[in-house]
Amino acid sequence: MHELGITRNIVSICSEQARGRKVTRVRLEVGLLSGVVPDSIRFCFDVCSQGTPLEGADLEVLEIPGEGECRSCGKRVPLRQVFGHCPCGAGDLICVAGKELNIKDMEVQ
Amino acid sequence: MCKTCGCSDGAQTRITHLGVAGSHPHPHPHVPADGEAHLVSLEARILDKNDRLAERNRGWLAGRGVLALNLMSSPGAGKTTLLEKTLAELADEFPLAVVEGDQETTHDAERIRQAGCNVVQINTGQGCHLEADMVARGLQEIDPAAGSVVFIENVGNLVCPALFDLGEAARVVILAVTEGEDKPAKYPHMFHGADLILINKIDLLPYLSFDLERCLGYLHEVAHHAEVLQISAATGAGLEPWFAWLRAHREKALAGS
Repeated sequence: MHELGITRNIVSICSEQARGRKVTRVRLEVGLLSGVVPDSIRFCFDVCSQGTPLEGADLEVLEIPGEGECRSCGKRVPLRQVFGHCPCGAGDLICVAGKELNIKDMEVQ
Repeated sequence: MCKTCGCSDGAQTRITHLGVAGSHPHPHPHVPADGEAHLVSLEARILDKNDRLAERNRGWLAGRGVLALNLMSSPGAGKTTLLEKTLAELADEFPLAVVEGDQETTHDAERIRQAGCNVVQINTGQGCHLEADMVARGLQEIDPAAGSVVFIENVGNLVCPALFDLGEAARVVILAVTEGEDKPAKYPHMFHGADLILINKIDLLPYLSFDLERCLGYLHEVAHHAEVLQISAATGAGLEPWFAWLRAHREKALAGS
């Protein structure tokens, strides 16, 4: 349940940057290969945000699909796992998207 | 809109990790009008703090010529037994130290201490993995000498520890044959991030339906870059290549300091 610690990080970063203002919305970018389950973050968010400037804020999660680049032919292919194969037959793909775990922005009042 | 001067650059304001705000010179505090929603762009990496502390650990270790390894597996795969055997073999060659991570108890640290090794126990309580700041504190405690090898025994868990860089030089993942051959396919993050994979308890293969070929196939698929060794920490079978791997990586860490 590493999402609990990760959600605490989100609440802590946003609270600090809010500088006393109330946060009404937070937008996250979560890669589908990041190893983090967006639903678990949503579940933890309500608990972790209680008593902070983020209490009651909407949480929006933008999910980013995985993408790999083939080391042999350079082609980019969609990735549903952290590993995969290129249509050229090579199995050596570098993950170029899908591992994001970012707070994109937040709305404050 | 700014209440003081009426300027409206709010949406463009970027706040960096250093907390520097304002995309134009602004001699007064930027205050949005009452009740006005105000978008703050953060572009902040959620694990940034852990990753920065991990880099600090890495620098600290490199400066001392200490090889630190992050040992990960599910609970009961044989991490502590492997460490006991490793300490018995290598303690006379170079200094060894262990950072033990468990949710509760000092049982594992006691076992390591009995083996005559410098050890610190970190109890994570609710936590399911070690983080870089915990390891930093552990390293301060054990104060490893130059040329040491430090084993960081992570909390037994094939999911969460994969996400957290501790500042280690390499990740060693242990898979026991009692767990089933499809673990690499079920927990690809953990195995994909491994530098060395130890298939443990191979002395039990005759009594199990574990399909070793299939397991190696999964590992090749998920972690083709990783080295794979077959061992039995209990009987000592196959441990020589592991010791050789440790000696070689220690030499490398020492040469880089």
